[in-house]
Amino acid sequence: MLTETRAWEVLEAVPDPEIPVISVTELGIVREVVATAAGLHVVVTPTYSGCPATEVIAQSIRDALVAAGGGDVTVETRLAPAWTTDWITEPAKEKLRAYGIAPPGGDAPVGPQPIRFVPKKLACPRCGSTDSVRLSEFGSTACKALYRCRSCLEPFEYFKPI
Amino acid sequence: MTQQMTSPEHIEYVLRLGDNALILGQRLSEWCGHAPVLEEDMALANMSLDLIGQARMLLTHAGRLEGRGRDEDQLAFLRTEPNYRNLTLCELPNQDFARTMVRNFLYSSFQKLLWERLMTSSDAELAAIAAKSIKEARYHAQHAGDWVIRLGDGTAESHARAQGALDYLWPYTAEFFAATPVDDTVAAAGVGPAWSELETAWEALVLPVLAEATLTVPARTPFRSYGKFGRHSEHMGHLLAEMQIMQRTYPGAQW
Repeated sequence: MLTETRAWEVLEAVPDPEIPVISVTELGIVREVVATAAGLHVVVTPTYSGCPATEVIAQSIRDALVAAGGGDVTVETRLAPAWTTDWITEPAKEKLRAYGIAPPGGDAPVGPQPIRFVPKKLACPRCGSTDSVRLSEFGSTACKALYRCRSCLEPFEYFKPI
Repeated sequence: MTQQMTSPEHIEYVLRLGDNALILGQRLSEWCGHAPVLEEDMALANMSLDLIGQARMLLTHAGRLEGRGRDEDQLAFLRTEPNYRNLTLCELPNQDFARTMVRNFLYSSFQKLLWERLMTSSDAELAAIAAKSIKEARYHAQHAGDWVIRLGDGTAESHARAQGALDYLWPYTAEFFAATPVDDTVAAAGVGPAWSELETAWEALVLPVLAEATLTVPARTPFRSYGKFGRHSEHMGHLLAEMQIMQRTYPGAQW
């Protein structure tokens, strides 16, 4: 039977299926691991309501823990408190940048937001220039927006703060 | 989940929220592969996914509150038209990109206000769903608001289409604020917000953007729609036929 500490170590090696350079623990979606007589109980929280990776993540967590000798592994999805990009660890933000995704900047937007074109200047993860322009509020997944760097002319994705 | 005293109004209220998300999510998904540019194709598909994700949580919750063993799939795919409780606005055809964006703007602005208030609902599960969904609704409202301004204050063609969309959709927004006994009951129980203050808050959010888009807001008319009472437009049956065909043809089919 795995201890809770050992289970967390195992989970540190379970990658996010969409962004495999960071793990599910670095993403901040594993909220709780409890070892009981019957086995392990893991609580995860979804990133976005409709994120298609949610079920794959639960399955990878279950597989990794069972393979490591976790016994009966149950995965519970818990909504509250809602996930925020503020839970992505600092080292993971660096990994995102190295992978070509601009990490979420600042705090998640709370309270009233102005509705207009956002003149946000993001640093390009490749060349570091802040001369960038937003191409689309939504990228290849719900959690990312699409930008283009006007210095190196490469497109890049931005992990949106929520 | 503990079986507290759940009123039929409470169940209907959650069902209505779930149906709004489900039906608009289904409509937006029709754009997949057809949007004017690739970026918007992805944006619309992503927003559709958000809405269907919200619908899954809400319908699952409604099914549990109801306690008759109906799960999200049974509620989404096996009801008949009069048993859906979505706003008529959500089921109207996409028509063109302008109408799709104006609708998203009117609806997601309303939904943003509603989720904000539902975060303090006495129904803990609904409050959790609201806290999750508000983050998504903010992005939807911002995206659609950007487009409303861009189209309205754009070329003669884009302005005409955006104005046409607003003229067509505006009468249906009266239904947002038509308080029903369901709203009164859930407000009294602390499940949902008082309905009376929502309209002013919504107009404060929506009118400045429409003005910046140089669009003329139509006058209110006696026209009323009744989707949330289960009386739908002629478009609803066609939408359901497409959405339900797999479950109707292969009952119990699973992915």
